[in-house]
Amino acid sequence: MRTVDTSPGVTGTPKGERLIDAIGVSKEFKRANVLALESATLHIDTGEFVALLGPSGCGKSTLLHLLGGLTQSSSGSIFYRGARVNAPLGAVGIAFQDAYLLEWRNVRENVLLQMDMRGIRGRARRGFGEQADRLLDEVGLGGFGDKHVWELSGGMKQRVALCRSLIHDPELLLLDEPFGALDMLTRDQLNVDLSKLTHDRNKTALLVTHSISEAVFLSNRVLVMGPRPGRIVAEVDVDLPMPRELAMRNSKEFTDRVNEVYAIFEKVGVLRDV
Amino acid sequence: MTNEVRSPVAFAPRIGMPIRFFKQLRRSLVHAAYPVGSFLVLVGLWQLVVRATGTAAYVVPAPSDVYTSAREHWHFLLQHSWPTLWEILIGFGLAAAIGVPLAILIVAWRGFERGFYPLVVGFQGIPKVALAPMMIVWLGFGLISKVVLASLIAFFPIVIDTVSGLRSIDAGYVTLARSMGATRRRLYWRVLIPNALPQVFSGFKIAMSFAVVGAIVAELLGANEGLGYLLNVASGELDMAFSFAIVVWLGVMNVVLIGIIGLAERLIVPWSHHSRATQSGS
Repeated sequence: MRTVDTSPGVTGTPKGERLIDAIGVSKEFKRANVLALESATLHIDTGEFVALLGPSGCGKSTLLHLLGGLTQSSSGSIFYRGARVNAPLGAVGIAFQDAYLLEWRNVRENVLLQMDMRGIRGRARRGFGEQADRLLDEVGLGGFGDKHVWELSGGMKQRVALCRSLIHDPELLLLDEPFGALDMLTRDQLNVDLSKLTHDRNKTALLVTHSISEAVFLSNRVLVMGPRPGRIVAEVDVDLPMPRELAMRNSKEFTDRVNEVYAIFEKVGVLRDV
Repeated sequence: MTNEVRSPVAFAPRIGMPIRFFKQLRRSLVHAAYPVGSFLVLVGLWQLVVRATGTAAYVVPAPSDVYTSAREHWHFLLQHSWPTLWEILIGFGLAAAIGVPLAILIVAWRGFERGFYPLVVGFQGIPKVALAPMMIVWLGFGLISKVVLASLIAFFPIVIDTVSGLRSIDAGYVTLARSMGATRRRLYWRVLIPNALPQVFSGFKIAMSFAVVGAIVAELLGANEGLGYLLNVASGELDMAFSFAIVVWLGVMNVVLIGIIGLAERLIVPWSHHSRATQSGS
């Protein structure tokens, strides 16, 4: 199935240190009596961009919350750099489908919420203020620092949320369908921007999405999940150079990988003809 | 930047361009013209009906009688306004000073919520004005019985609105804060409490009207000064025109007091107004 286009300069899966190891992780919501996630095993190495791809309700978002230490698993174990995860991870930056900006703070102060919640004050916080402006500039929001949240479009809000998730230079970026509520054009642009942003900063990232093309476009490795109870059913490597560019969507590697994922979804019954 | 006041007051909008200011002023004047217009029509109708039917002024006075009476006795109105105003303001202040922290405790501490909040909700069902006679007996004819009744009535909308404001947060904000390693204290001060402020203010507005009711009822039942006392005297003398004048004056006081809270809300919670404007704007 794999016909990898190995032109020079194309890098395979980057070899890094082991960051996350999840072994047989399950999550049951006892009250609703729902098994959201069944025995998920995965690992993430530094420098990797991993996508968790699956249909709605397959538990991919639950898995992301578990990996970030935001909820506790019912069984199985998760290790971050070898240490068991049982509380929210400090070295993580998170962005959700909703930007969750605070309306009483301007754009810059929203980015700096990260500092306030971590108790960073004084000169250190001021330093981050300058960094926030630089980050905003990088995502195309230069000069927007003093704007109010209600003056921003949906895409701009997500850009601010991205800056907020990056401002403390986290080791791991957890992205829970951050562009899921945006229109396709904005979404495509943000995907290109995100790829450059994470590549430039050499960030490790885990992206939860239900868009096949988004998952393939952004990641080195796609973990495909089946319908509930959520399981990881396949793993697809994507050998395209980073950062990803729009033109790569026409490459054979891109379309092959997209088709491969479609085939997997058909095999597990997520997609079918009538 | 570090010494910057973190209270939301610091984010009050700067005064914009003068042109924008006048545009807004004109718009709010036009908005005000509608209720003022219908009010004038109603008053005119009232005047017409009373005069046309030849109703005696000691039964139903015409607006002109009310106006004449108010002009004649304005010094009484003013003199007795001060004690009533104090009772309202102290009563409201007490209710806010106790109610808001209590609401935070109820939301922050589950034991407190389970043990105490049902009592608050249950006690809300009691008609508090019915306690006025006991207040007078226990606390006397002076200021204290009025303040206590006013704050007792004002207390509940403040607690209940603040609790619901604190709970109105999208759970995602809490998850986000936890991912940032937020302590509970930071979560409350930086996220939950500012988020609750618009609802706290709507509670304040109701509470202010309630405080007016509380003070007046207590004064009606036993006092030697204040607008409630004055109303007792006027109706005792069958001076309906002056009684109406007092009631209208109380209404004016109430509107002004609520207007002051609205103004404070505009300054402290400007985002609430803006997000509403953008939602209905397009």
